[in-house]
Amino acid sequence: MIEINEIKKTILGIIEKNSRIDMKELAILLGISEIEVANAIGDMEKENIICGYHTMINWENTTEEKVTAMIEVMVTPQRGIGFDKIAERIYNFSEVQSVYLMSGGFDFMVILEEKTMKSVSQFISDKLSPIEEIRGTATHFVLKKYKAHGIILNEEKTDERMLVTP
Amino acid sequence: MRNPLSNIVTDIKPSGIRKFFDIVSEMKDAISLGVGEPDFDTPWHIREEGIYSLERGRTFYTSNAGLKDLKIEICNYLERRFNISYNYMDEVLVTVGGSEAIDLAMRAMIDPGDEVLIPQPSYVSYLPCVQLTYGKPVPIELKAENEFKLTPKQLLEHITDKTKVLILPFPNNPTGAILEKEILEKIAAICIEKDIYVVSDEIYAELSYNGRHTSIASIPGMKDRTIVINGFSKSYAMTGWRLGYACGPSVIIGQMIKIHQFAIMCAPTTSQYAAVEALKNGDSDVEQMRTAYNQRRRYLVNAFKEMGLECFEPYGAFYIFPSIKKFGLTSEEFATKLLQEEKVAVVPGTAFGDCGEGFLRISYAYSLENLKIAIARLEAFIKRLEENQQ
Repeated sequence: MIEINEIKKTILGIIEKNSRIDMKELAILLGISEIEVANAIGDMEKENIICGYHTMINWENTTEEKVTAMIEVMVTPQRGIGFDKIAERIYNFSEVQSVYLMSGGFDFMVILEEKTMKSVSQFISDKLSPIEEIRGTATHFVLKKYKAHGIILNEEKTDERMLVTP
Repeated sequence: MRNPLSNIVTDIKPSGIRKFFDIVSEMKDAISLGVGEPDFDTPWHIREEGIYSLERGRTFYTSNAGLKDLKIEICNYLERRFNISYNYMDEVLVTVGGSEAIDLAMRAMIDPGDEVLIPQPSYVSYLPCVQLTYGKPVPIELKAENEFKLTPKQLLEHITDKTKVLILPFPNNPTGAILEKEILEKIAAICIEKDIYVVSDEIYAELSYNGRHTSIASIPGMKDRTIVINGFSKSYAMTGWRLGYACGPSVIIGQMIKIHQFAIMCAPTTSQYAAVEALKNGDSDVEQMRTAYNQRRRYLVNAFKEMGLECFEPYGAFYIFPSIKKFGLTSEEFATKLLQEEKVAVVPGTAFGDCGEGFLRISYAYSLENLKIAIARLEAFIKRLEENQQ
């Protein structure tokens, strides 16, 4: 783990919300030079702190079919193979969006995004359950997304302030 | 029929902002940079506390000076942030916004004929509040070449035998100017020597971008002659809750409480409960908003530099105060034309005192996206003006 300075923290704060911002503008907003910004970002890319510049898409507003499933997975770690090894076997499937090791009643939270519920259940029965160390799964389907990655989806914000105030 | 009105009231000029507001509100889909309040919503945990207090049926009056818990938190906050310590028992008064505190301070301290020094450009209510007490407002015209700071020299030039109070409006609305500790120390020395009281309006104290704000009350010898005015509107984005406070020597605060108790009774109870939460757990919200404002501030300073609009770098509040003198238009003409041609609303500097002529107040209490659109329009407008000048 790497300690990051104030400037890096601020950069992360900005690009986490808007990854399309360019270096020049970042430099202006932070009051530092473009080179400093480029170096900071370059460092953080190398250090795997910045892991990509993805786009937040609300698929629910399209006609595309998407099903998100959250699967609680219980495992029995084998001698010599810790959780990490089992996680690797799960996250290597390209269908898997996220895998988290959890405290509490189960071990992994696996998030899956598929076109249909059927393909989710197929994934679980064909690929996930056969893994030796997995003792059991409990699948939850997402019915509606209200907020994801800190963004309130479908929020309509209008500025209701008066146009001119002292 | 007799004239129903008092002369003192009819003599007060209506706010210049009001006039411009009427023009702007006629204009459909105008983009405004004219707002003097945060674009953020009050942080949810604070709103939630207000809602909870309503659910619990806390719909009663509080004591005149305010909830004990809130007064204690205000004292903790001022100590923690600005190194000034007050006794919550008799040195704090919770008011309906900072504006009420300004009004009360004037009424409690000013007799007819007393002179009150008001650095301008500054917030619109100081002057009328002094007039209502039959005091004499004495404007001090701050200069762009001093970055709109009050200089000790200017202060001395305006002091007479009748000067009783100096209003200190920093960080400043509309200029964004701040007063650093070194200047405050000199001003303090003058106030002590000439026996002048200070009403320090520090409502924008948390929005300082060049190190932490210094309160003049923290300078030795000043606490006994200073009323510090602050509130929740700007730092916690709580304008609509109408909550501010005044702190100072108990002799003055006591009299302010007396007027407040007859005129207002107490500040809104729901707001007071929400404010306790703000002071207890709101430091990081303030920090986040300050960071966002600071980024926008840098963006605007840079944008103005690039378009050749003369402007000093403001280090406080959320305003920037560029000069438009080179275009040969008055502030009001410029603002009106900009509104008509580009549908961008800004406030003419003259709304904040005659010496605001030649300047505009531009607020950055808007998202960066909004600012960018407005700035593009302003730039197009300026280009046209320059072409027409040639």
